[in-house]
Amino acid sequence: MIDIYNELTTIIDKDYVSNSKEELYMYGRDPGLMPAHEPEYVVMPTTVEEVQAIIRLANREKIAVVPKGGGLSLTGLVIPQKGGILLDMKRMGKIIEVNEKGGYAIVEGGTTHGALKSCLLKNYPHLRHSIPDSPPIATVVANAVIHGQGRLTQQRGFNSDMVSGLEVVLPTGEVCKIGSCAVSQYWFSKGPPMPDLSSLFFGWFGTTGVITKLGIKLYPCKKYRDPVLFLTDRAELVPDIMRKLGRTEMIEDLVVNAQPIPLRYKDNYYILFYITGDTEEELEFKRKMCWNVLWDYFERREGGFVSLIPEMKAPMLSMPSKDTTRFADVSKGGGFEYSGPIAPIEKYPVYVKKLIDLAEKYSLFYSSAARMIDGGHSMMFSFSYTFNRADPQTMKRAKDALDEAAEFAVENGGVMWKPNIDEQKMTMKKMDPNTLELMMRIKKLLDPNGIMNPGNWEVSR
Amino acid sequence: MKRYQTQIHRCFRCGYCKFPTDYSALNCPSYNRFRFDTYSTGGRLWLTYAWLKGEIPWSEHLAEILYTCTTCKNCVEQCPMKFAPEIVDWIIEARSDMIEQGKIPLRVKRFLESVYNYGNPLKKTNKERLPWVKSLKKYEKGTEYLLYLGCLASYDEGTKDMVTSFIKILDEAGISYGVLGDEEQCCGNEVYAMGEMDLFKELAGKNIDKFRQLEVKSVITICPHGYNIMKNQYQNMGYKFEVLHYSQALAKIADDMKTNKVKNGVKITYHDPCYLGRHNKLYETPRKALKGLELVEMPRNRKDAFCCGGGSGNFITDYLAGGIDSPARVRVREAAATGADILAVACPGCLLMLKEAVKTENLDDKLKVMDIASVMSG
Repeated sequence: MIDIYNELTTIIDKDYVSNSKEELYMYGRDPGLMPAHEPEYVVMPTTVEEVQAIIRLANREKIAVVPKGGGLSLTGLVIPQKGGILLDMKRMGKIIEVNEKGGYAIVEGGTTHGALKSCLLKNYPHLRHSIPDSPPIATVVANAVIHGQGRLTQQRGFNSDMVSGLEVVLPTGEVCKIGSCAVSQYWFSKGPPMPDLSSLFFGWFGTTGVITKLGIKLYPCKKYRDPVLFLTDRAELVPDIMRKLGRTEMIEDLVVNAQPIPLRYKDNYYILFYITGDTEEELEFKRKMCWNVLWDYFERREGGFVSLIPEMKAPMLSMPSKDTTRFADVSKGGGFEYSGPIAPIEKYPVYVKKLIDLAEKYSLFYSSAARMIDGGHSMMFSFSYTFNRADPQTMKRAKDALDEAAEFAVENGGVMWKPNIDEQKMTMKKMDPNTLELMMRIKKLLDPNGIMNPGNWEVSR
Repeated sequence: MKRYQTQIHRCFRCGYCKFPTDYSALNCPSYNRFRFDTYSTGGRLWLTYAWLKGEIPWSEHLAEILYTCTTCKNCVEQCPMKFAPEIVDWIIEARSDMIEQGKIPLRVKRFLESVYNYGNPLKKTNKERLPWVKSLKKYEKGTEYLLYLGCLASYDEGTKDMVTSFIKILDEAGISYGVLGDEEQCCGNEVYAMGEMDLFKELAGKNIDKFRQLEVKSVITICPHGYNIMKNQYQNMGYKFEVLHYSQALAKIADDMKTNKVKNGVKITYHDPCYLGRHNKLYETPRKALKGLELVEMPRNRKDAFCCGGGSGNFITDYLAGGIDSPARVRVREAAATGADILAVACPGCLLMLKEAVKTENLDDKLKVMDIASVMSG
């Protein structure tokens, strides 16, 4: 019988190959609530050739390969459901190029959002990318693979929409370039004007290949950036407020927060949006435009602006926001997870009611951040609940609440974002059968041996 | 029950602990060296919790993962959670529990045995104290300062310039001081960080007894590790005294000096030792000792300084050595990239670690590692 560990050490420096219990334990779970399942090996490649060699070995031996970035989806997407080789991509962390004139950066498969942010701030302060609120160890690639959202999502769509090209190691080991970089030295488009093949790799959670390079679009980083907070206690008004603000085309990001603490938050909906400008005049103009669309609510006493002192603005302006992470420990338990359906913004009132109902039903602490996507065509609504890692009962209650939230969200027109394997099954069950068949055909075509992150997007036949 | 047992599950494993404030690099020395998530603070806390719950057994590898933490406190600085100040204490408590159960990795065991048998981790007898150390006058009642040298300054020749330069400056400034000589015990900072609390109490007790007997009012330590343990632990052990790190004494003296003796045109960069900086927030004081010189900061400085990799006994156990990502090598490359001629330090551990790394990186002709006293005295 072949010794896979030794084979792997012929591909990668043995310092970066492990089959020790400790590494297998760590890489077999994520901070969310999905059950653990350990890989048999953890490896950290640094070159495309190494990734290719591992994929070829895995094909030959018919063992699973799970590519992993920061591992922060919370929905267990990189928990190796069928063991095998876990590829920790973070040693492939270089920023290969920043094309200032073209407005894009090319990064390796394990480059973190933190590294890209820092590089841009230091060397190209007039440019920025769409930073998600996940911690800075989240990788640019993994975030695109899960159709992540970031601070420019309100204006530019999902972070995957901002991709400008890919290099992928296919499940059969070939290296493939996707987008303009397939025919040109420039990485300006992930598809158009050619067939857009990039969609074969986004939303598939690594089941269709390993992305080793990615072009990401960069956008102007305005000189001024200011948060504005509008408050209402009427959930039914929130969709209109979101829509009206979106249609001004004056705002950068928009997130609606609902949570019971601090006490001033309880039963209120905090609509946080950002305006930006290169001059104070531009900023003031945008502020006025936003105030104008909200003025009627204010006059009817249906909502009001919250005065923000600098100490309140600071965390709102930080990217990523550490407050998102802090939510895990509000009840001193070290855990939170959220179900995040993508849904029409009109669903906000029913979703937020369900969020609170489920919190009461399962005795959980809740929070929700609803981010407007692409000017208001949809939103990501998070049903977030905390749990205590030291208390299996709260973990079970949180999982039950999340399962129920997911079912409710889908019944009410939503589509689960970064669904866990159970939610994937639920999605596929509800999916148009021909669409599902097409998905399965594509998957089979690309990965004939079924080695890539098996267990995900799989139909039980 | 130790506090970590009831709190350690609170780590979310978000990974902020891996970075400096601006996310420009990996700032956890062991994570940067090994790159498996197990070697990050989050990894350690999760594995320790798994060990507590019985999900994984103790192993030499598990213990090594715990002991590759240099207790540099970058994680404490960066963790967004309210429990952040406790993180390193939890790691030390976990080590302590393991030691109480007789579960000690080999290199740590050797370190502790050496301290137990010789009174220092270098396996040196009292007779082997360095000649210039032996020549120092003994502390007597009424002397202004007790100069506490610590193990590296007493036994490692690589610290000669550091000690002799500081002595010279003290003499020129007319400050009265004396040393304990053969009666000086290891300060116990590393023993404490390694979790051997009984041995720590014994070492600290012996030193405190001596301080009490000699009616010591003020101590100057050469090493930030000694400064840390005396300032933050000895003070709770029944005898109060003032503790100064030698950089504090130097800063005060530098105020009275017209200029430093290093030639103009020489660029200096300064490496913040973890036990002076993040542990005790002394960032500006050592820089004051370099006043008047051209100081160029490394990108990672002050609370974001990258650890040399020597803390928590790692300057002896050397778990982080080997390869281009060993912390000291990373740090001297960063120092050299500033264009500095001198990498100034304020810790004998950092001095030795970084000197060695300069040789390994073939930077000898570009970068000289000197402590701040040597810089001041030219």
